[in-house]
Amino acid sequence: MQNEFTGPRGPKPRSIFRLSNLIVYGTILLLAIYYLAPLYVMLVTSMKSMAEVRLSNVFALPIKVTFDPWFKAWSSACTGLKCEGLMGGFLNSLFITVPSVIVSIAVASVNGYALANWPYRGANIFFTILIFGAFVPYQLMLYPIVIILRELGVFGDLAGLVIVHSIFGMPILTLIFRNYFSSLPAELFKAARIDGAGFWGIFFKVMIPMSSPILVVAIILQVTGIWNDFLFGIVYTRPEAYPMTVQLNNIVNSTYGEKEYNVNMAATIITGLVPLTIYFISGKLFVRGIAAGAVKG
Amino acid sequence: MSASKRPNFLFQNLASKIASIPMILTATVIFVGCTLWTVAYSFTSSRLLPRWRWVGLDQYERLWNTDRWMISINNLLLYGTLMMIFSLALGFFLAALLDQKIRGENVFRTIFLYPYALSFVVTGLTWQWLLNPDFGIQKLVRDMGWTTFEFAPLTNNEWAIYGVLLAGLWQGSGLVMVLMLAGLRGIDQDVWKAARVDGIPNWKIYLYIVLPMMRPIFVTAVVLVATGIIKIFDLIVAQTDGGPGLSTEVPAKYVYDMMFSSQNLGQGFAASTTMLLVVLVIIIPWSFYEFAGRHNAK
Repeated sequence: MQNEFTGPRGPKPRSIFRLSNLIVYGTILLLAIYYLAPLYVMLVTSMKSMAEVRLSNVFALPIKVTFDPWFKAWSSACTGLKCEGLMGGFLNSLFITVPSVIVSIAVASVNGYALANWPYRGANIFFTILIFGAFVPYQLMLYPIVIILRELGVFGDLAGLVIVHSIFGMPILTLIFRNYFSSLPAELFKAARIDGAGFWGIFFKVMIPMSSPILVVAIILQVTGIWNDFLFGIVYTRPEAYPMTVQLNNIVNSTYGEKEYNVNMAATIITGLVPLTIYFISGKLFVRGIAAGAVKG
Repeated sequence: MSASKRPNFLFQNLASKIASIPMILTATVIFVGCTLWTVAYSFTSSRLLPRWRWVGLDQYERLWNTDRWMISINNLLLYGTLMMIFSLALGFFLAALLDQKIRGENVFRTIFLYPYALSFVVTGLTWQWLLNPDFGIQKLVRDMGWTTFEFAPLTNNEWAIYGVLLAGLWQGSGLVMVLMLAGLRGIDQDVWKAARVDGIPNWKIYLYIVLPMMRPIFVTAVVLVATGIIKIFDLIVAQTDGGPGLSTEVPAKYVYDMMFSSQNLGQGFAASTTMLLVVLVIIIPWSFYEFAGRHNAK
């Protein structure tokens, strides 16, 4: 029993060839198949020609690898009568995600900072409402928000969607920023106060330079969340500004013409590529983002 | 951290108050205001546009007399129960497996969690393809020689919801695993030693000692999974679009369709208010547990 203080703290280590070990590894590998199969199937299907798709089953490797479905999915797959591919949706999602991520994080970090360092009377009441609001099904707020956005003159616009994403990202983001700023040593804040820095001075010169770990977590959380959004996309945008998820659904579930499964799967992968890339690059930080969301402060 | 004392408390921390305006507006206008607005208008006969014409509980009566709504509620109950049981069980099981000091723990954790990074639309479409009767798993097994094999849940009224469950579990169980793994790693090593000295087999330690110790994590997981279940919408739209027939309809989709395609706002409001009631049934006991429990701990 060496290594008691580091590494996994499960049961004692065993030699690799024991029966119980075989069972453990066998079970893990079997389960891994369940989790990996869909990704594998998407990939191989997207690299087959339609003729080959019809002949084989979904798990068969492509005999002749082709990337035509990918090009078609990107630039000429049809949604109904329009055949423009996913490129437009990708750009829309990009234009939606970038400002939404920036605005929602900017707003929430200031909120969290105000709550952690400059509490005022009633601050916690609003914060509690905010956290409980996160559990109210979106369906209750969908329509009134349509009215509000229409009154503000931004319904169907990018600005409207940015507002919506900032609103619904606020509970979780405010929570993680508040917790992070509370965990910083109070002496820092006091020292800055004595040096005469004010609310914004401390925020920009002391807090923000120290918050890169939590900023990365927040960015991961928001980019994947907003990129994967579907509901707000269909409710609050016009068809020409639909995000990628909505366009993907329209392409694949379009009832016009013959189904091109290879193109559909290529389109599906392309849509999943952005969050997947973030997931594989960020690794443990992604897990920390989830944990930050799950384990309340 | 009290700020400098000034005579008027309204202006105390003024910058902080101004900076909090977005949060205050979101909490009051959106989360409270919009929710109450929808609840209020669920008692009106609004159709294409919201109209303040009071009809009492008419919308609710109509709602509970609509087949589609009853099917949606039944589906939500069935899917929700199974999803809750299986994602907790699978999540805990995966976490316990990863806790066995296995080689490549990081690789397996990455594999079990990656679906959680994908959207429900991608999830739904992938599983729609995998469960396709002509090309999917059914075809695979038939190609291997078992020609009468049948596995095409999405084309069968009775089984379609289980096809959705397969996709939902695939997407969501990794999250539970991560939570459970964090919980397992937080268990005091002495507990393991003591149990092993007593000669208790591993599986019994997990089931009877570790599991009860992880109650707070389970509560968190239950709340997270439950809120996810109630919101289920995009997965259904992508994978089955409620079909075949009405067999995979869910409340969130009913609300969306009533509000934005059937021009039957009142029904949508009544249905979403009912969803809120379901959430309250989960949230109220949880918040008592959470906050009362924490109070005692301190």
